[in-house]
Amino acid sequence: MKPAFRVFRKEFVDSARERRALASALLFGPLFGPVLFAVVVSFTVSLQVDGSAEAIEIPIVGGDGAPNLVARLGQRLIDVDPTRFEDADALRDAVGAGDEKMGLVVDDGFGQALRDGDPARLWIVADQSNASAQIPLQRLRAAIAEYSATIGTQRLLLRGIDPQLARPFAILMDDVSTPSGRAVLLLGMMTYFLLFAMLLGGFQVAIDTTAGERERGSLEPLLTLPVRRRDLVLGKVATATVFMAISLALAVTAFATAVRFMPLAEIGMTANLSPWACMKIWALVAPFAVLGAGLMTFVASFTKSFREAQTYTSIAMTVPPLPVLFSIFNPLQPSLALMPIPSLSQHLLVTAVIKGQGIDPVHALLSAACTIAVGALCTWGAVRRFRSEKLLV
Amino acid sequence: MIELRDLAKRFGGVPALAGASFTARDGAITGLLGPNGAGKSTALRILCTVLRADAGTAAVDGIDASRDPIGVRARIGVLPHNANLYANLSTRENIAYYAALQGLESDAGATAVDRVLDTMRIGDIADRRTKGFSQGQRIRVGLARALVHDPRTLILDEPSNGLDVMATRALRDVIRERRDAGCCVLLASHVMQEVAALCDRIVILSHGKVAAAGTPDDIRAATGRDDLEDAFVKAIGGEREDPRNPPSPTQAAAR
Repeated sequence: MKPAFRVFRKEFVDSARERRALASALLFGPLFGPVLFAVVVSFTVSLQVDGSAEAIEIPIVGGDGAPNLVARLGQRLIDVDPTRFEDADALRDAVGAGDEKMGLVVDDGFGQALRDGDPARLWIVADQSNASAQIPLQRLRAAIAEYSATIGTQRLLLRGIDPQLARPFAILMDDVSTPSGRAVLLLGMMTYFLLFAMLLGGFQVAIDTTAGERERGSLEPLLTLPVRRRDLVLGKVATATVFMAISLALAVTAFATAVRFMPLAEIGMTANLSPWACMKIWALVAPFAVLGAGLMTFVASFTKSFREAQTYTSIAMTVPPLPVLFSIFNPLQPSLALMPIPSLSQHLLVTAVIKGQGIDPVHALLSAACTIAVGALCTWGAVRRFRSEKLLV
Repeated sequence: MIELRDLAKRFGGVPALAGASFTARDGAITGLLGPNGAGKSTALRILCTVLRADAGTAAVDGIDASRDPIGVRARIGVLPHNANLYANLSTRENIAYYAALQGLESDAGATAVDRVLDTMRIGDIADRRTKGFSQGQRIRVGLARALVHDPRTLILDEPSNGLDVMATRALRDVIRERRDAGCCVLLASHVMQEVAALCDRIVILSHGKVAAAGTPDDIRAATGRDDLEDAFVKAIGGEREDPRNPPSPTQAAAR
């Protein structure tokens, strides 16, 4: 193992002096995730929080025929503006073009239908595909439905019928999610960014020490030294692993810092990212560095130049976080059967830590062991490649 | 002492070596001469254990390169063709890395590094990073790196490529010093003058086989030519078309 350590020592110093590798490990990797994450979270939060207590203003056509409705909407902080559009078609065009989020059109016969007890027609003009219109749209519908129900109840009372008869069900919502639990949907993406930041932190090193060394012409003299190829590869994989582990530590710290400035509380979420939780997250994800470094080194050892290696490792880099993406959209619980799957097991364990739940040490050990085993397999593949004379020819 | 016997190697069906045999003795500089594509680099790479022969044997001091590659590598110092340094490391660090991988660390390593810095006269650039070094500086550091463990056998592939006159002379001095110290030096080149100026024995390689071998005088006698260049051209079979105007080694190789 001593020669492997000597290779590691040299590669570490060499990479630490390489601006490209250093920027990737210390800057892009750790910052890319938290920054993107902050943008996504802020946007999501603003969509959910935006305007729930603010007045919204919508244009109306034919509002003169429904003064009570207009007054009722005003009580619900929905101000209607009858002056903006002449007729329904002009309003429709404006919403279609995105100039207005939505509008309300009152049928000409609205007042008469209401007096006769027929359904009085109202059109909500909206673009359902516009995500930012969803919340005001919900409020408008709810306000109209409420007014409609009030009138219905009054009509039944006038005719001497108990309005309860028209309400066979009472639907009550009991939300059992904890504030931390609600954060998980958003913070679930965090593992994805952590894995990505980590791979980004070591991939330049993995390329530099293999394809880069070959391209620069320093590999052939190295191969004439009395060192086993196994030790050469171990030293190189160890360097990439350490870079990835450092990147991971920085990324976790950056996340913990970024989360403090995110408006999570506004949507009723909290995330458990105390220093102790951060250390646990690092320890749970760090075994993945071995896999990442092994995989990147293996892939890069098949390429002839830095550029070629960059292309292939970039593709390879998208594969390991895939199980995480899958589980963000199909929530799973940590179980013994899922722990052997690298990246998915890290995701489930990290999510549990963020939720403030305890984790089973057996799960953590199995996750680490299986992830490192896959990394060892990739490393063995790279050793085989280094033993082959195709490495040079 | 280097011994190659019936060495054969093909790359994708194209023969690079087709049964080459020669020896390089201790205390002598042996020049491996041949046109481009004659198999010089392939022979050296098999000897350095970075390539494996399809048939035949290559041995250093009696150790078979295919059976005990680590044993061979511990005995040789190699300067491959177009070999490069680590640009982010200083001259001293570059050499110390090789010393460490040869098993020389701490005091022994530092002493060995200082010794070759002195031998190669590169003390003035010892603590500079090698990024931006001239070809001459790179070759000298590369050679220092190859000599750090004081190998008995030195294998050099086109060492004077891209060197100016002064750098070439300095390089030749170092190579002669090693020879005088009793080392076995094997040097591949496609430059006739280089080999003639430096080598005690010459092995002419053509189409993957040894076309002629011996001292320069032996080769002149065997080919019946007084001029060594003519002898070389005759040996590689490049004379048939026009005896007064022989084709260059490159043309011969293209044939």
